[in-house]
Amino acid sequence: MAKSKAARKSGETMKMKSSREMVVQGMDDEDEEELQCALADDIISASEDEGGSDDERKHCKLLEAISSLGGKKRKKLTERSEASIQVSEFTVNAEGEGDKINLSDLIGTLDKTPSALIKTKKQLKNLQHNQSTLETPLTRKETERIQREVAFEKTSKEVSRWQSVVLQNQKAEQLVFPLNQEPSGPKRIEQVVAGWKAQTPLEQEIFSLLRMNKQPLHDPVLTPTEEASLRAMSLEEAKIRRAELQKARVLQSYYEAKAKRERKIKSKKYHRVQKKVMRKEYLKQFDEMVKTDPAAALEELKKMELSRMKERMSLKHQNSGKWAKSKAIMAKYDDGARKAMQKQLEVNKDLTLKLVIPADEDEEDEEESAETLPDFVNDAEHILDQVNPWMRGKLSTDPMVQEESNRLDPPVVRPRELGTPGEGRDDQEEDEEQMEETEEEALLRGFEERRKLRQTEDVEVAPMSMEENDDGKKAEILEISDDNEEAVEISDDEEAVEISDDEAGLSKFTSLFHGLVNNHMEPPADQPKAGPGVGQGESPALLEEGLVRVRTLEDVELLSQDVSASDPAPLTTTQTPGTEETDTQSATQQADKKRKRKKMIDPNEVLTKEAKVIKMPLAPTAVEDVEGKEEQRVIIKEAFAGDDVISDFLKDKRKQEEAGRPKVIDLTLPGWGEWGGLGLQPSRSKRKRFRVKVAPPPPRQDQKLPNIIISEKRDSSIAAHQVCQLPFPFENPTQFERTIRSPVGRTWNTQNTVQKITAPKVVTQLGAIIEPIAREYLIKDNRQAVTGPSINLESDQGPQKKRRSQQKKKHKRKKN
Amino acid sequence: MPTAIKPHRRRSQPVGMTYQFLPEVKKYTTKMAASGETMLKKPHVGKKRKPPTRYWEGTEENGKNDGKKQKEGDNNKQTPQQNKKRTKEGGKRGGAGEKILSGKSDPFPGSAPVPEEKLKKFKRGEKGELPPRPQYKLRDVVVRSEAASDLAQKQNARYDLMLPEDAGFLEGDEDEDTCTISQDDIADAVDITAGAKYFNLTLSQFGPYRLDYSKTGRHLLLGGRRGHVTCLDWQSKQLMCEMNVMETVNDVKWLHSEALFAVAQKKWLYIYDNKGIELHCIRKFNDVLRMQFLPYHFLLATASATGFLQYLDVSVGKEVVAICTKAGRLDVMAHNPHNAIIHLGHSNGTVTLWTPNQREPLVKMLCHQGGVRSVAVDKTGTYMVTSGMDKKLKVYDIRSYRPLQSYFLPAGASCLSLSQRGLLSAATGDIVQVYRDVWGTPVTKPYMAHRAKGSVWGVHFCPFEDVLGVGHGEGFTSMVVPGAGEPNFDGLDANPYRSAKQRQEWEVKALLEKIQPELIGLDPSQLSQVDHSTWEQRHEDRVQALGFDPLAKEKFTPRLKTKGRSSSGKVEKRKKQVAHEDQRDVIRQTVEDRMKIDKERKEKEKKEAAAAGQKSALDRFRK
Repeated sequence: MAKSKAARKSGETMKMKSSREMVVQGMDDEDEEELQCALADDIISASEDEGGSDDERKHCKLLEAISSLGGKKRKKLTERSEASIQVSEFTVNAEGEGDKINLSDLIGTLDKTPSALIKTKKQLKNLQHNQSTLETPLTRKETERIQREVAFEKTSKEVSRWQSVVLQNQKAEQLVFPLNQEPSGPKRIEQVVAGWKAQTPLEQEIFSLLRMNKQPLHDPVLTPTEEASLRAMSLEEAKIRRAELQKARVLQSYYEAKAKRERKIKSKKYHRVQKKVMRKEYLKQFDEMVKTDPAAALEELKKMELSRMKERMSLKHQNSGKWAKSKAIMAKYDDGARKAMQKQLEVNKDLTLKLVIPADEDEEDEEESAETLPDFVNDAEHILDQVNPWMRGKLSTDPMVQEESNRLDPPVVRPRELGTPGEGRDDQEEDEEQMEETEEEALLRGFEERRKLRQTEDVEVAPMSMEENDDGKKAEILEISDDNEEAVEISDDEEAVEISDDEAGLSKFTSLFHGLVNNHMEPPADQPKAGPGVGQGESPALLEEGLVRVRTLEDVELLSQDVSASDPAPLTTTQTPGTEETDTQSATQQADKKRKRKKMIDPNEVLTKEAKVIKMPLAPTAVEDVEGKEEQRVIIKEAFAGDDVISDFLKDKRKQEEAGRPKVIDLTLPGWGEWGGLGLQPSRSKRKRFRVKVAPPPPRQDQKLPNIIISEKRDSSIAAHQVCQLPFPFENPTQFERTIRSPVGRTWNTQNTVQKITAPKVVTQLGAIIEPIAREYLIKDNRQAVTGPSINLESDQGPQKKRRSQQKKKHKRKKN
Repeated sequence: MPTAIKPHRRRSQPVGMTYQFLPEVKKYTTKMAASGETMLKKPHVGKKRKPPTRYWEGTEENGKNDGKKQKEGDNNKQTPQQNKKRTKEGGKRGGAGEKILSGKSDPFPGSAPVPEEKLKKFKRGEKGELPPRPQYKLRDVVVRSEAASDLAQKQNARYDLMLPEDAGFLEGDEDEDTCTISQDDIADAVDITAGAKYFNLTLSQFGPYRLDYSKTGRHLLLGGRRGHVTCLDWQSKQLMCEMNVMETVNDVKWLHSEALFAVAQKKWLYIYDNKGIELHCIRKFNDVLRMQFLPYHFLLATASATGFLQYLDVSVGKEVVAICTKAGRLDVMAHNPHNAIIHLGHSNGTVTLWTPNQREPLVKMLCHQGGVRSVAVDKTGTYMVTSGMDKKLKVYDIRSYRPLQSYFLPAGASCLSLSQRGLLSAATGDIVQVYRDVWGTPVTKPYMAHRAKGSVWGVHFCPFEDVLGVGHGEGFTSMVVPGAGEPNFDGLDANPYRSAKQRQEWEVKALLEKIQPELIGLDPSQLSQVDHSTWEQRHEDRVQALGFDPLAKEKFTPRLKTKGRSSSGKVEKRKKQVAHEDQRDVIRQTVEDRMKIDKERKEKEKKEAAAAGQKSALDRFRK
């Protein structure tokens, strides 16, 4: 066992060693850091190995292992002990290793200030004697509960802030999603101009640009520069200038058109010829220029150089294109192809030929460029910046910051040598080597070198640009968020103000309208008091009595009509047997009085209402006139001899009433508790006791109308369509009935009204994303709550509120 | 005899009537028996025709001023003051903060005022009180609905100026009755188009004619007793179809549009289209004597000689209900346009009111001593006019079933018809009389009269025209009755000038808005009321509708057990057990309820005691 362990150990060391070797091997191609790391490892391992008591330790371990074999702790793991415990480096022996140390021992050496020592000693003693233990920590359950409670409180506080918003949304007549939408419909110009804020990033960008260029943002007045220019230029001058500009523009367009036309020509020959001509002309011009205007010539030269540089930088004429590659394959066999390639290379050489420049200048350049290489990259961007802001690459930076930066580092145009140092060096090398190597080799080499150069440049430039980008982005984000917040706040305020304005207006309108309605309601039309409820109670005896009287009355009436028919004047018959004959008017008046005096309908009056005789201009041919009155009466009497219509009707009515009356339920059992049998009646007391009386039915509708029978049967067919349970907010049926009293449909209302009344509760815009309500809404809502609820009936507060909101608006404008 | 006739304005000049004033016209004045003051009160009996009110004339202020003029002598100072007030108010209204770009203030700020009278016209129900503040949800709902109804009322009142046309009436000179003016005179006096509305069709062969005008008033349907049926566009006199059904024709009626009509023939009810093609013969409807069509319900109500009142749903072609009235032969029928209730007249002098939902009459009115000859109901559903064998003409208010007027006609009226503007035509023998305002002041003489060539069989006012159609033994007469028709038509409801396309669209819409027959009732606004019936009532209705009680407890039937355990004694025992259990449940429930009630009462008492009585010194010994 021990052997095997030892073997294992040796194996371990072997492994370690091999790993160290590997580390050493790998060090070659690792970085410095790694190397250091490996070294440290090495040192540690060395220190472990170096301990001279290696053998002793091993022995100890062995002994331990043996002793452990016999004992109970069989599986006691071997532990590694630090060498420093046994043998200290600092010659301090660890004798009292297992002893307990008193706290006062620790300060034993401090005996310069004995009083303090005693004090501290005392304190320490106290501390030692102090038996009070720390409280045991709460159980997990309890701590979690407490945490939950705290968290709940916090969250509920947070959530309860939304209460008002939720309530408002519940109350709202109509919700339009997405929220924070601009109200549709026409707006006044002032609103549009004042209330508009840049919201989207694009708008903000445009605005920042406009601000940077000092363009007018809010009020469409001229910029200071424009004003200045206006002041500077007279009208005529401006006109001339304008004409010039126009001309220039026209010419430009002509040339553009021409160029376009010529560019479209596909003939190679034409182009070649054209190029040649151009070149010649150019040369001629240049020569002339050298003579006449050397400065301009120099400029031109520079231009040429620039173009050359560009050529050198590009891969043109380097046989790297598609065509060149195909030619390179053919070059082995085809003379023409080889020649073509050669030509290309010559051109390339021509172009990339190093121009002879004085040596010292070159050196200076080198130094300078070495220093300013990163600057050059930056500066180029600066140039772009100022020329075309759209091409800056960094979008949406704060114009103020931009301006500041511009001020800080003014656009110093540094002497920018177009030939970069690296390139210069390359060129030199190339020149030197060119002599020795063959053309092909040179070609390959050149390519390689160029590639390398490009790579290094990239490496150098990339981190810079990355950093820049990062900074820029961060700044941008911050700015945007700031802007957003500002904008939102402002817009919210304004909205609130507008809303309150609207409210005020509405409340005023409603109050006016209410006033109108009230006025209109005050003088109600005195409605004819109608219905059965008007009259007083009438005893059935009277009704029955009336039966007989009615019949007699009818006869009287008929008789009286016979008399009256002969009279030429419009006649009236007796109303009741007691009254005298009067003319119609007085009769009606009397009737009115009567109605007022006793509001009961007399069946006599109803059934035998006096009839006005109508004079007819044309006598009907069929029936003969007045003379046949007597005969008529006889005829009628004959016709209705058998049936007494009125008595029949009254009988019918009584029957109906009887049927409607609930029946008494008799529950007596004959023979129960007493003698029963044929001809024996249960006792009266028993009958009385077991007879269940039913509550009398409500008075009949036709109680006061003798000549009418109204059915008391419930019509249940409509009940299926009726509302049988009162809907939620209502407390009594009248409230509910009033709310649904006016119809909603198009048949009874105008189109506009219908649309307004039946507007949906929730409106969503098609295709718009409905985002959850934002926190900013809370702030806005709070402000709104100050101004008041959406529906306002009190007219008095209207204008005040309006004024307040206006003041707010003004305030805001001032701020802006 | 020259006549001056009040011009009757109508929106469309070419088709509508316009009576021209002729130079040689002599003026007639009315000789009404009743005093003038009473007449003035009624708007449509007004002596002088007011020009149609224009929106620039009639405003609120004017109305007020008029009222004040009558009260006070000098009113010159008032108008400018009021104007000032108004402008001040306006200034306040407009000038409250909103600056206008131009800087000028609106001379007429705010919305235009609406005349109160017009507002009154479109008032729907009374306003209620607002609930108290703490019930904010209820308050919100109420406020909103009030605002909506206010808006609707106001807008309707505003748009009322689109209906400026007013009806005119015939006016006689002094000492001349308007009833003596003959139709020929009128036709001579008026312009050609209006004059062409007086015409006679001589159809002596096929006996007395019944007639019906379509809802728009463009089309006329004639049915002769001896089988001649014809329909025509009466204004252009264009014949649509003409045929003889070779059977007795009892009645004819247009259905919802001029494309279909129903003919009650000797035995069955037939439906034809306007080309005269027989579409249906409905065998369920036999011996039909009279028909009425309910346009908004698409119901054809028929009254038959066998005493049956039947309803046919023409949109689906099904019989809705057949009610046996048990009142014998039914040959008098009318319908109330307000609530679609059918009025039937009977030989025992009663008029009964019916809906398809109830098998007994809603109301039974004893109107005449003899049998009822004819019934007519006013457009607003307020008045009913009946004529009986006792030669009386009676007017009832059918909201309260009160008799309003009773007239005695020497010959008795056989046919009655009420126009849209409330003119009553009554036919006595061969004379057609037209009365004005029969329910207001008592009338002593007719407004117009005309002698037809034969005995009158049917009269009918033409909707939206001043025309009365009279069917008689010798054919048909179209009379001109100024002031009969409604001058303002609702283009979406019944448009006399509609095209075929419009008719189609209307038909679809009308079908979509069809009212179900269950909703017919005496009070059409009943639907908007909460059902006050108790739970028991509703349950009863449900049981009746279903045919069984859905909540009834099913009877316990003991399971069959073997080995002698299902002996009758055991079964009885089991039954008793179950019954006992049920009873125990009931008792437990009642006891619990009682305890609960007691507890509540005690608590209440305690509270009351605590609230009312102060603490006495002995209270401390109380537990």
